[in-house]
Amino acid sequence: MRYEAPKTTKEAVALLAKAKGLAHVLAGGTDLLVRLRSGQVEPDLVVDIKRIPAMGKISAVANGIRIGGAVPSAVLGEHAGVRKAWPGVVEAAKLIGSTQIQGRATVVGNLCNASPAADSVPAMVAAGATAIVVGPKGRREIPVEDVAVAPGKTSLRKGEIVESIHLPKRPPRSGDAYLRFIPRTEMDIAVVGAGVSLTLGPDGVCRQARVALGAVAARVLLVEEAAAALVGTKVDDKALDKLAAAASAACRPIDDKRGTKEFRIKVAGVLARRAAKTALQRARRGK
Amino acid sequence: MSKVRVSTTINGDPVEYLCAAEETLLDVLRDRLGLTGSKEGCGTGDCGACSVTLDGRLVCSCLVLGAEAEGREVRTVEGIAKGDQLHPLQRKFIEHAALQCGICTPGFLVASKALLERNPNPTEHEIRFWLAGNLCRCTGYDKIVRAVVSAAAEMRESR
Amino acid sequence: MPLDNPKGQSFRLVGSRPDRPDGIDKVTGRAKFGADMSAPGMLVGKLLRSPHAHARIRRIDIKKALALPGVKAIVTRDDFKEIEGDLRDVSRNVMARDKALYDGHAVAAVAAIDTATARKALKLIKVDYEILPHVTDVEEAMKPGAPVLHSDLFTQGVEPTPKKPSNIAKRHEFGHGDVAKGFAQADVVVERKFKNEATHQGYIEPHACLASVGNDGQGELWVCTQGHYAVRNVCASLLGMDVSKLRVTASEIGGGFGGKTTVFIEPVALALSRKAGKPVKIVMSREEVFRASGPTSSATVWVKIGIKKDGRITAGDAVLKYQGGAFPGSPVDMGAMSAFACYDLENVRAVGWDVVVNRPKQAAYRAPGAPISAFGVESVIDELAQKIGMDPIEVRLKNAAHEGTESSYGPTYGVIGLRATIEAAKVHPHYKAPLGPNQGRGIASGFWFNFGGQTCVSLNINIDGTVALAVGTPDIGGSRASMCLMAAEELGIGYDQVRTIVADTSSLGYNDISEGSRVTFSTGMATIQAARDAVKKLCGRAAQMWGISPEAVLWENGHAKPAGANAGDFPPLSLADIAKVAANTGGPIAGHCEVNAEGAGVSFSTHLCDVEIDPETGFTRVIRYTVIQDAGKAIHPSYVEGQYQGGAVQGIGWALNEEYIYGADGKLQNAGFLDYRIPVASDLPMIDTVIVEVPNPGHPYGLRGVGETSIVPPLAAVANAVSAAAKVRMTEIPMSPPKILKAMGEAQRR
Repeated sequence: MRYEAPKTTKEAVALLAKAKGLAHVLAGGTDLLVRLRSGQVEPDLVVDIKRIPAMGKISAVANGIRIGGAVPSAVLGEHAGVRKAWPGVVEAAKLIGSTQIQGRATVVGNLCNASPAADSVPAMVAAGATAIVVGPKGRREIPVEDVAVAPGKTSLRKGEIVESIHLPKRPPRSGDAYLRFIPRTEMDIAVVGAGVSLTLGPDGVCRQARVALGAVAARVLLVEEAAAALVGTKVDDKALDKLAAAASAACRPIDDKRGTKEFRIKVAGVLARRAAKTALQRARRGK
Repeated sequence: MSKVRVSTTINGDPVEYLCAAEETLLDVLRDRLGLTGSKEGCGTGDCGACSVTLDGRLVCSCLVLGAEAEGREVRTVEGIAKGDQLHPLQRKFIEHAALQCGICTPGFLVASKALLERNPNPTEHEIRFWLAGNLCRCTGYDKIVRAVVSAAAEMRESR
Repeated sequence: MPLDNPKGQSFRLVGSRPDRPDGIDKVTGRAKFGADMSAPGMLVGKLLRSPHAHARIRRIDIKKALALPGVKAIVTRDDFKEIEGDLRDVSRNVMARDKALYDGHAVAAVAAIDTATARKALKLIKVDYEILPHVTDVEEAMKPGAPVLHSDLFTQGVEPTPKKPSNIAKRHEFGHGDVAKGFAQADVVVERKFKNEATHQGYIEPHACLASVGNDGQGELWVCTQGHYAVRNVCASLLGMDVSKLRVTASEIGGGFGGKTTVFIEPVALALSRKAGKPVKIVMSREEVFRASGPTSSATVWVKIGIKKDGRITAGDAVLKYQGGAFPGSPVDMGAMSAFACYDLENVRAVGWDVVVNRPKQAAYRAPGAPISAFGVESVIDELAQKIGMDPIEVRLKNAAHEGTESSYGPTYGVIGLRATIEAAKVHPHYKAPLGPNQGRGIASGFWFNFGGQTCVSLNINIDGTVALAVGTPDIGGSRASMCLMAAEELGIGYDQVRTIVADTSSLGYNDISEGSRVTFSTGMATIQAARDAVKKLCGRAAQMWGISPEAVLWENGHAKPAGANAGDFPPLSLADIAKVAANTGGPIAGHCEVNAEGAGVSFSTHLCDVEIDPETGFTRVIRYTVIQDAGKAIHPSYVEGQYQGGAVQGIGWALNEEYIYGADGKLQNAGFLDYRIPVASDLPMIDTVIVEVPNPGHPYGLRGVGETSIVPPLAAVANAVSAAAKVRMTEIPMSPPKILKAMGEAQRR
């Protein structure tokens, strides 16, 4: 295995594009190193992107916030600007693993690992985030929900890297939230995850909403029916009941060592409802 | 297989080593540098026994490549005491019987020190969640939490 | 050795909380654990493990692997001779012979110059398997058509012995009286079936050892183990070595809880080293620890108990089925013996079935067998209390075993502390604290036997009056501090003047394993005796210095004194005074003790647990927990509390989230700390403790072992609390959120 730590995205892309055999991007390494050590993957090349200055930055841009591909969750969680604008995305990123993992794990890594249970992904999908992808043929911007196509598989082509995540600028009276279910209080992979983002009109009526669920299908789901249950309502109990039912109905889970189908379907509704309530409170506070 | 040459700082000392690309920082510390205070309990970042700080950030050294330490500053359990002077956390862990077998202790100390550097007066809740990535199977955590609370109090007073 | 003073004793040091002697080493990273040792020219050993739950091994081809540059030795079944008798199964567990019996069973091992080469070599070993049908569930394994693991296993303990082999290794039965008669007298009878999944001890330090065998056949082994003498004896037998030629040193041990009482990698490392002529280090990965060390039994437990309206139990009956992994020897016998041990019963019976399945051979786990049966019995008692409308503490007090009770497993109890723990629970503020919505409280009691056993210590008086105490029981939870306390107490010197080490197998006589809560009891007893032996000699030396008879000298507060005015008028001689001139009075002074310690007092504990359930998700949190246990006499109370807290939390983990999950393919699905969910700091409240002291008449200071009983009540205490909060009786462990949510949903529909 060869280890490279290029200084620019261009160099990193060139290394990956030219690589013979298996090449992997190393961001936080909290997934890659586990697989490397257990012998599940035996890459010929590992490209560490943490020496690329742009990748380590969170920057305010005209139409939102840009989070570099190598920004660890801990740094994201310490960033007042992101915390204020997208508390749901931050709380999701902060749920990834322990304090130690937080010091390394990145939301881009979480996204590109393509696990249906990735905590930050439903929150980013709900937020309408996009991924800035750089490759040998240049730059493209895609919705985050289009990055993972199946467990462990992404739509990225050879040589492509997600350089950053773009979180859009928020209209006033907006709020987002993410909740997950785990059997312990920490250290587990989500059994169910629910992210909700909504915007209220001046009259308190929900104008816009996005609802995403994790760990209930082969990919993170954007549940339009659940969002539709909120839009045009004051997000009252009736709307929340409809939202919960739509969330549960959208689930296509499996039975596995972390939970049963039955459990996931029920809890998806419960969490979507609770996340929506928190998002609502945040939206009401946000002018 | 060519090795990677790394220049880094460990516990304040300049250190150079050669390591294989796939070697972890934990392997380098333990097998190449004789710093066996950091322990491998799982190798997957789930137990925290290998906790070190990397440029002041708490990480699991089993999930860091040795090559990544180039130009960084690493701190391990071996660097917590100053000469023969134990850190208050080290004294309080002994005083409160916060260890039974002691295998998890280095990781808990490194993690607790990182906590108190950020938050000199953590609540029990904050301590428990900060330390959730450090597994202890002997104590049930009770005496560990008490030791951290007590060390924090002492450190606040002596400031 | 009887209690020194049954009327009560006072101690100078015992009962205080000094810093442990190995503390600084352990907070600075200096302490050397199993994987921390290395040797010049050391090779790395790695094992190849079966990917199949059950398979015949037709052929193992190591040619390609052996040809890989850097590979120095490979061992397979051919390198371990067939052994008959007690160690046959141990040998077959260490290295598979004709069949691989579980996912993870070792089939070959490589020693190479580095990890990468060893891993590469493992991939080059070709094993030709004939895959056989497998069974991992205990009840399935007992069925007539189940795949049979051992063609030579015929059920013992049934008449007549079956002619056909099966997976049922043995039937045990304990009890007395007539249960049918007892049930006929009952006003209320409850019978239920319980189930628990297997758990792992979960010690944070994986198994590790460094073996070095020279060309002269002399071997050394550095290993993390609870019993290095046992490791020596077993390895010597497996490798055909003289016991005297193998010297085993116990490293610091990073947790054991019973799981490090046997051998796994040690004989393999020795065999590789012998073949390669170089030191070989083997360190298990966490995945290997889960797949191929010794977890506990999974089991089904049927319990039936009858009670009168006044709260008196008339009969107790139980049938326990424990799988012990791929070889006989599950702790179902101890489960059956301990099931009803808390109660004074006229009619009681417990039947246990020991069953083999395609899982790793179980090893001891803290009070092996007892938590499983206590879960069933204490749950049914809780339900009976509800049915007759009596406080569960009152029911327990009414039926609690006491001095003179004929125990359910035979012996008649002497002085015991069960009642004292229940009474302490009754008056504890926890028991009266109000509960909020979705909260429930559970109570349960538990019993453990406590062991004594073979023990040898040597106490050497140094020239400066300090003392070197050599013991042979690895220190798994701070026992060196307790030994220093007891030696210093006897000798009348300071705690800091005694240094206790764990000696290697060639430096000190045989010691049984650190297990069965025996160390503070047995090694403590031996330490006290050795100190008394040394005192006798010190008095003799003083007598010599004074020119009086040894009988005329007594030992007081660390000094030799003339026994009375008649003995003469001499200023007292301190231990240091006598030690300084020992060369002139007969040479070195040392105290010794070799004993097979008896009289380990049985131990009882009562736990209180409060939980809160999220009714929409089944998420359960323990919000308050209190352990009340009899220690006889707490030598170092901090470490006694530590045992109470640690055991309780392991039990909480078992009750709520820990479990071995096997797939339909017979493979373990959660061989890591990510999905084998042991409690983390944020899951728990502080664990309150109450140390009850009812002196053990069988120990000079009255102490009882405290290491294991604390894991016995939690399964039931948590289950009783969850059942109260969820308003439905939970009978399967772990009570993971999906199970709780399902049970609550079904209860609501009913």
